Amino acid sequence: MKKSKSTPHLSVIHRFWFIPAIAAVAGIGYGLEAGLNAYAMSLLANTGISILLAISLNWVIGITGQFSLGHAGLMAVGAYTSALLSLRLAPALSLTGLTGFAESAVFSVNLLIAGLVAAFFGFLLGLPSLRLKGDYLAIVTLGFGEVIRVLFLNIDAFGGARGLPGIPNSTHFFDVFSWVLIAVLIFSRILNSPEGRALKAVREDPIAAQALGIELFQFKLKAFVLGAFFAGVAGGLYAHFLQYINPQGFDFNRSFEIMIMVVLGGMGSLTGSVVAATLLTILKEALRPLQEITHIDFRMILYSLALIILMLLRPQGLFGSKELSLTFLKRLGGKR
Amino acid sequence: MNEFIQHVINGLSLGCIYALVAIGYTLVFGVLSLINFAHGEMVMMGAYFGMYFAKHFKLAEEPGISGLLLTLVATMIVTGCIGWCVEKFAYRPLKNAPRINLLITAVGVSLLFQFSGQLIFGSAPQFFPQLVEFNLDTWKIGELQFNPLQITVLGIALVLTVVLQTLVFKTRTGRGMRAVSFNRDLASLLGIPATRVISLTFVVGAALAGAAGVLVGLVYPKIDPLMGSLLGLKSFVAAVVGGIGNLSGAVLGALLLGLSEEFVVGYLAPTYRDAIAFAFLIIILLWRPSGLLGVNRIEKV
Repeated sequence: MKKSKSTPHLSVIHRFWFIPAIAAVAGIGYGLEAGLNAYAMSLLANTGISILLAISLNWVIGITGQFSLGHAGLMAVGAYTSALLSLRLAPALSLTGLTGFAESAVFSVNLLIAGLVAAFFGFLLGLPSLRLKGDYLAIVTLGFGEVIRVLFLNIDAFGGARGLPGIPNSTHFFDVFSWVLIAVLIFSRILNSPEGRALKAVREDPIAAQALGIELFQFKLKAFVLGAFFAGVAGGLYAHFLQYINPQGFDFNRSFEIMIMVVLGGMGSLTGSVVAATLLTILKEALRPLQEITHIDFRMILYSLALIILMLLRPQGLFGSKELSLTFLKRLGGKR
Repeated sequence: MNEFIQHVINGLSLGCIYALVAIGYTLVFGVLSLINFAHGEMVMMGAYFGMYFAKHFKLAEEPGISGLLLTLVATMIVTGCIGWCVEKFAYRPLKNAPRINLLITAVGVSLLFQFSGQLIFGSAPQFFPQLVEFNLDTWKIGELQFNPLQITVLGIALVLTVVLQTLVFKTRTGRGMRAVSFNRDLASLLGIPATRVISLTFVVGAALAGAAGVLVGLVYPKIDPLMGSLLGLKSFVAAVVGGIGNLSGAVLGALLLGLSEEFVVGYLAPTYRDAIAFAFLIIILLWRPSGLLGVNRIEKV
């Protein structure tokens, strides 16, 4: 707060920066859709989905300090809800075969429902946080994710082990990045509000926070629900991007993968998660040729080594709990 | 009725394997307050080392109990050394770091073992050699057919558990372990070499996990580099259910888990097998967060 208040016209830009940003994403999205090749598009969509998963998990782990390993389960709930809506409900309402804006609109409603269903499961997942914390919570949430996966594996209406094939290809660049933008927007807005500070207080010192009148359980639950919502949306995007889902895709290794993104970026740093998710998705693609030659998942060896070395050398992750922002960059520039 | 008893025996022998692994979890959690996610991978390493050892010395050609014991001892020594290395290079440098960092490191070590296991051993499943052979007809009481392999596993697990109980409750080292798990700082002040005790705890836990690996290999001969992760998680569940940090709790939880899993497979759907452990865990933890035999600790400021 050392610097003087920004000028009025700047503060308007500060407040409503997301309107031009959404417009830009839409414009770039439609432009790229025509211009870029399929591979680059799929890489971008993958990156976006990873970002969405990483920031929503960071909201629970990094900001609120509740170590959850059930994120893949929530993603699965979103993916299955969204896929079933497209496969079963949409034909009944004759909403198939749409293109352009109509497709995007219907898909957004679909994802919204998927997110809400996942949010309900996030609420259930958050309930144990009333009595458990730390390692116990980690193992219970991991178990919760596994139970969800096994349920999907065993219920025939959900396709069982065969999974659900033939999901329409509705995930476009525009959809992915407007959801990423919405998520970043909501998260960053809450983060700098009294609610966000309360969440951070829950992370830093639960007992002190409680003494200050913060309802621990209520805030933990809120964080779980909001994180789960975006995990569900990411699941829906993932289902409509791959066009095929099966329970095996949502096992605890996926939860670990998302966790690695959060830890690498820095627990508590949303921009850190964005950067780490982008880096790791690109790394995954870069290592794919090597994997095809050797048939071994080198990616996971590198991930795990990176995780260990990171914990030994820089436990706070790339960004710590700092955010990459314009003022932060300016300060970096000023130092030089 | 016969079928029921059969299921009980199967469940107990499965539970005994879980117990060996769960004891390792509970020991390490006791001294370090850490979920050693890499513990399940010690089972995997034990199974693989046992397999290579038995194949190299051609122990399967003349099956017998001595060959099995030899493999068991060699495997326990090797996995014990691996456990020592893991503690020394991954966990000890983080001695004073927040617990969450230790947890993440543990996940990292676990993944590293899983995937470098695929690199070294190949990702296709391999077959554990048949180290003991029995004449099935002699193992019958009336209609009841005992699987001698499971009785062997039961016996070995029982002996190892008793040895461990003696180690922890009757020896000087064991007293050190209990002291460190009660309060590490205080134990150090009283002259107990806490670092060495923690190291030793890892070695003991990993050795037991290695033994469990050989036993798993005997009963379920198909082994692969990812076999440890789910087995490890379930054993951890067993330890938590029993009350983590409590040895008899770990054994109780493991036996309960083995039995319930066997009954689900026997009387309900086998595909629910992996969910039962976690459903069990969630229910028990919500009802008694400190486990069946655990002591509830109140956190003070």
